[in-house]
Amino acid sequence: MKAHLKRFEIRFSGLGGQGVITLGRILGHGLALGCGYNVTQTQSYGPEARGGASRSDLVISSDPISYPKAESLDLLAALSQEACNKFYRHLKPGGILLIETDMVRQPPSNVFIGLPFTKLAKEKLGAPQAMNTIVLGAITHILPFAQPRAMKKALEENLPPKIQAMNLKAFNLGQRQARTHFGPAPEIWEGNGMDEKEPDQREVL
Amino acid sequence: MSHVTEIIHQYLRHNKKFPHVFCPGCGHGIVLGSLIRSVHELGLPKDDVAVVAGIGCSGRIAAYVDFNTIHSTHGRALTFATGVKMSNPKLHVICIMGDGDATAIGGNHLIHAARRNVSITALVLNNNIYGMTGGQCSPTTPEGASAMTTPYGQLEKAFDMVELGRAAGANYVARGSVFQANMLERFIRTAIERPGFGLVEILSPCYTQFGRKNHFKTPVDMYRWLKENAVPRESWEKMTEEKRRGRIPVGEFAINDAPGLEQRYAEMAARLKEEAER
Amino acid sequence: MSRTSAKRPKGREMFALGNEAVAEGALIAGCTFYGGYPITPSSEIMEIMARELPRRESGVFLQMEDEIASLGAVIGASLAGRKAMTATSGPGFSLMQEHIGYACMAETPLVVVDVMRGGPSTGLPTSPAQGDVQQARWGTHGDHPIIVLSASNVQECLEMTVTSFNMAEKYRTPVILLLDEITAHTREKIFVPEPDEFAIFNRTVPAMPPEWYKPFEETVRGVPPMPPLGSGYRFHTTGLTHDVNGFPTQRPDEIEDLMLRLFRKIDQFYPDIQLVDDHQCEDAEIIVVAYGSVARSARLGVDMARESGVKAGLVSLRTLFPFPRNPLIQRLGAARAVIVPEMNMGQISREVKRVASNRVQVRALNRIDGDIITPTQIYKAISQA
Repeated sequence: MKAHLKRFEIRFSGLGGQGVITLGRILGHGLALGCGYNVTQTQSYGPEARGGASRSDLVISSDPISYPKAESLDLLAALSQEACNKFYRHLKPGGILLIETDMVRQPPSNVFIGLPFTKLAKEKLGAPQAMNTIVLGAITHILPFAQPRAMKKALEENLPPKIQAMNLKAFNLGQRQARTHFGPAPEIWEGNGMDEKEPDQREVL
Repeated sequence: MSHVTEIIHQYLRHNKKFPHVFCPGCGHGIVLGSLIRSVHELGLPKDDVAVVAGIGCSGRIAAYVDFNTIHSTHGRALTFATGVKMSNPKLHVICIMGDGDATAIGGNHLIHAARRNVSITALVLNNNIYGMTGGQCSPTTPEGASAMTTPYGQLEKAFDMVELGRAAGANYVARGSVFQANMLERFIRTAIERPGFGLVEILSPCYTQFGRKNHFKTPVDMYRWLKENAVPRESWEKMTEEKRRGRIPVGEFAINDAPGLEQRYAEMAARLKEEAER
Repeated sequence: MSRTSAKRPKGREMFALGNEAVAEGALIAGCTFYGGYPITPSSEIMEIMARELPRRESGVFLQMEDEIASLGAVIGASLAGRKAMTATSGPGFSLMQEHIGYACMAETPLVVVDVMRGGPSTGLPTSPAQGDVQQARWGTHGDHPIIVLSASNVQECLEMTVTSFNMAEKYRTPVILLLDEITAHTREKIFVPEPDEFAIFNRTVPAMPPEWYKPFEETVRGVPPMPPLGSGYRFHTTGLTHDVNGFPTQRPDEIEDLMLRLFRKIDQFYPDIQLVDDHQCEDAEIIVVAYGSVARSARLGVDMARESGVKAGLVSLRTLFPFPRNPLIQRLGAARAVIVPEMNMGQISREVKRVASNRVQVRALNRIDGDIITPTQIYKAISQA
């Protein structure tokens, strides 16, 4: 059963090389083709994408999306201190901040959820480059409207066969860790008003 | 003579409004003759020949010959020709350019066509001047020569197209002159026949715009100059530095057999097809 | 595309960039030649064609030494019978103007995609703008008609690329598809119909024997048939003003015949060429005229206005040139004001003023800071109109 969703905005941000752009693309692919939502994904390009704060944005909705850019975030995933500092102000009231706890040592607020994604990738998988897929697993847990099966299919369709097994492991690890540390998804969003949300779109922009 | 008339009737366009634009004494007509004799000797069907020309006096040759002809833009003939050859490798593509056309505005296209080694025959009709626009200097105007835009003598060094073509990777590089018409015909024929990029620089006098300003009393003087100073490569190599001064070597300077780009592309496509079927 | 058919066409869904949709559309339209030069934000089109064309039947991909050479090769390929294209952005588009003119004069079908970024000069390589609109219309020298199309979302990128090829082939003319960085670099879900779901137009080839063929002769549609080079029809193609045989001419009557035909072959098919979409226009008092990614913002802005009780409507332009005068005027109805939001200082608003200022007030809404015009900006402009 797919929930009716008004405009919902996510930003992945971090350093170039952390895989945030791939992460956004795969989540978008899964939500659009697997879960049947309308999704627009935009990202930073060029020099901006290779160093400093790289970002990938998603707008998700059950209705057609007019304006494709994310401006008022429901979820900000920050994988570096710089990205966190730069984009925290775009988080809307009640929006969720997810951080990489070893990279973001100085969170802007005490209201956040986080995991040491890089350390998990190194220690549990021996594959630091699979860090972004652990984040994808965690986010799939966090988002009540994201179906794990669709995400796994998106991973398979977007990654070369050689690295699929490793990434599926990383995805499952992310889901498990999120379940253990953040609790059931609906509780995470309490106070965000996701259920009864009928946002005035003007306010979003 | 009747043989010549026959070839003219066979290869020149009757519905084109002749006479041609060339001045008395111009060498370009001799190139035109060498070109149609070369195609005739090789026995190429007219439908299989595409002539792509640039802009300038030389560019007008395209309109006169009864092949598939494109009169392109200034300097860009080789880019059109590359598109034609890669789209239909069956066609024999012959590019006709002037010196300003090929080495100034189209210099980069010349370098890259040679580097790609795409099977095109590039004929550069070098008259050392911009003729059609009224006699301004070109990159091949000799040092010290007088032109409308070098009234006090050309300060810059002239381009050596042979060295350029060789360095850029053309399979075949030759220089001929309109005075040595048989030799020229052989070079054009060889360039058409061989795979890969063939560059033939052709020394073709322009009396109207170059000769008159540079102490040639008549067009005949310019041909006499060619006779004396366009020396075969073999003789040139034996000459002392002093004797070489003011002279220019003609002959074949590179003859290689590397496959043309269109052939390498076809091989790649065949390989991909085979992989897909497996 | 068979938009009228009730049953869903066969095809597949993709989560694709605007640039990827352009490449998909080109392949569906039958493009077999791409000549290009890398430039942000259009490079993905080139990369996909580099991957796909060599694997397809007689597909040719070439990376050329610059944009002048790219369009030169595309013209050569088109004359040799290929459906051919290139894609670029502002700086490269400037270099292509010379050959766009040649393609107009020599009636060479081809498609140029220009993904607009901030300018002038190197400008803003990864930020959107709509500054090339009048350049697309008038960038090449000399008087000439031209077709300039646009797309506002990823699905339209696919459809309008097919349409671009169709119009190029149908009218023997270069077609420019103007996108902006946002449309090109947004990924979204699109439906890619099977190629046979589209009506694909191919150039007409001569039916008469070669000795009767006059390459630039007047025809019913004003568009002469065009044989591929090497098919037995040996003729002359030139950028010089030419007679019906393709040879240079200086005769005023022949010059006029050619020029008038070049205009007429486009002019007389305006209804086929001038494509616009509308939204809530029937009773609208205020109409927004937009194109490209701004049309997306405008749609939301119009909906916001409707919610607040203002009768607003949207006309989004898929064809920018020939400027869709009649389709626009028909939709203006009883509107009292028109707002034209653009990421430039007013390149389409001047066209709207030209055709509509005698009946409604036309206001420009401009943004040139490298960012998209937001729905809120448009909503505010509607509220104040």
